[in-house]
Amino acid sequence: MLELKNVSFSVSDEVNGRELGIIDNISLTLEEGKFYVITGPNGGGKSTLARLIMGIEKPTAGQILFNDEDITNLSVSERAKKGIGYAFQQPPRFKGMTVRRLLSLAHGHDLPEDECCAYLTKVGLCSMDYLNREVDTSLSGGEVKRIEIATLMAREPQLAIYDEPEAGIDLWSFTMLVESFRMERNSNQKGSTVIISHQERIMQLADELIVVADGKVRTRGSKDEVFPTLLGEFDRKCGLRGNEEVQ
Amino acid sequence: MLERYDFNLLDKIADLSYLPENTAYNIRKNGLSAERKVTETVDITTKTDKPGIDITIKPFAKDETVHIPVIITESGHAETVYNDFYIGEGAVVTIIAGCGIHNSGCDESRHDGVHRFFIGKNAQVKYVEKHYGDGDGTGGKMMNPATKIYMESGSLCEMESVQIRGIDSTKRTTDAVLADNARLVVTERLMTHGEQVAESEMTVELNGSGASAQIISRSVAKDTSSQVFFPNAVGNAACRAHIQCDSILMDNAKIRSVPAITANHPDAQIVHEAAIGRINNDQLLKLMTFGIDEQEAENIIIEGFLK
Ligand SMILES: Nc1ncnc2c1ncn2[C@@H]1O[C@H](COP(=O)(O)OP(=O)(O)OP(=O)(O)O)[C@@H](O)[C@H]1O
Ligand SMILES: [Mg+2]
Repeated sequence: MLELKNVSFSVSDEVNGRELGIIDNISLTLEEGKFYVITGPNGGGKSTLARLIMGIEKPTAGQILFNDEDITNLSVSERAKKGIGYAFQQPPRFKGMTVRRLLSLAHGHDLPEDECCAYLTKVGLCSMDYLNREVDTSLSGGEVKRIEIATLMAREPQLAIYDEPEAGIDLWSFTMLVESFRMERNSNQKGSTVIISHQERIMQLADELIVVADGKVRTRGSKDEVFPTLLGEFDRKCGLRGNEEVQ
Repeated sequence: MLERYDFNLLDKIADLSYLPENTAYNIRKNGLSAERKVTETVDITTKTDKPGIDITIKPFAKDETVHIPVIITESGHAETVYNDFYIGEGAVVTIIAGCGIHNSGCDESRHDGVHRFFIGKNAQVKYVEKHYGDGDGTGGKMMNPATKIYMESGSLCEMESVQIRGIDSTKRTTDAVLADNARLVVTERLMTHGEQVAESEMTVELNGSGASAQIISRSVAKDTSSQVFFPNAVGNAACRAHIQCDSILMDNAKIRSVPAITANHPDAQIVHEAAIGRINNDQLLKLMTFGIDEQEAENIIIEGFLK
């Protein structure tokens, strides 16, 4: 369904003008109907990879194909219309926008109250209290984050990418969220879900785990293969850094 | 004297698509009083020394509504109108004002409204004012409202002003004087486009202990329009005031905000917050991930911001 071909992304460092590589020649295929979890160390390039797929950033080299169509030069809204969706790691707030309106905009047309409530329940929000609240600074960080996740669920895209949905979310809502993702995984045959996460309970849902570090795909495979190697992987990495400093 | 088209304007500025049946109103059209109705509790009389009306609300009147819209449909009509509101002790009233100019000619049409509010003890006033201009003529549409509010102890005044479309030039001054425990809430929403110019000067004097004021101003400036704000809060007693100005800047527009806050009493608490900036890029991107194109996303953000 989605294919990245030798995708690289770099920015020019404003201080010294040098190119700073962030994504380094990633090739990756995601298949229809599968549930992927991307993990890896902070700053490894996970969000950047998601933003490249959504079109928020444009690759400096390489190609992105969606359903065999080259979408590398398509805008964010064009990709959204084709079926890609992305829930931000740090969602923005909107003055004067109610939760209900935001969900409706995500869905593409006016959502009746009960459907809005159903989406909010999936992220553990007691819906009636929230429908007419504004998505502004009066909401807590965890509330905004959960509304963000609900908007992507309301969008029902063919490819849904959630960026650290667990961040800042309390224990009770997290349990609810994992349950919703599990249901999504079991019911959604056509669509694919990618979750960027550091949480073991989310990784347990994965058909496939992808480890991104230093702008590259370090490993990918079934959770049983990859998960046990994870901690060792990063221990080694830290060890290497230590050695470099000694030399 | 009112024609069908007049109700288009009246609807835009005062939500009047027909004349109200049970409440008082005074509709002014091209400098003359076109329609008037008074009730037991609301009296409206024409001033004898200058153009304008006196509106008197009886003490302890409950949930009264008064409409006093002004429309100008004659190109080149210019006027200064003096309206005084006397709100009796303990009265609760909603006043819907507003001015609409339809100018299809080439001469400048202008309405300068000078309003004074004398708000009695514990009275509660909600004042809503919308400004709107249309017409394809080349003549300018100008409005310069000047408002003075005198608030007695324990009174409440919520003032909402909206100017979203069509006024080429506006200079607004608002002055309020608050006695003890009076509360003033001003919400101002403004959008300018083309080469429009808007200026707003607001002074709030909090003279009584327990007085409080909240001023919320939201504006959007598009094209090459410009806006200037001079909010000024003076605390002369143990009081609280909060001024919040938020502006979105687009295209080559300019916005200037020059706040002043003064505390003349050790227990005066006065806060001013102001922010001017472009539309937040993450907000735009978020809406674009819903399949909405950039222009439409901008409109949605602005519409919410000015709501
Ligand atoms: N526009 C940019 N300019 C400069 N540096 C950037 C830019 N975008 C990303 N980076 C850098 O690229 C690296 C990867 O960032 P990214 O946000 O993709 O990491 P991540 O894997 O999502 O990390 P986390 O787990 O902390 O969310 C970071 O070091 C970040 O500082
Ligand atoms: Mg990230």
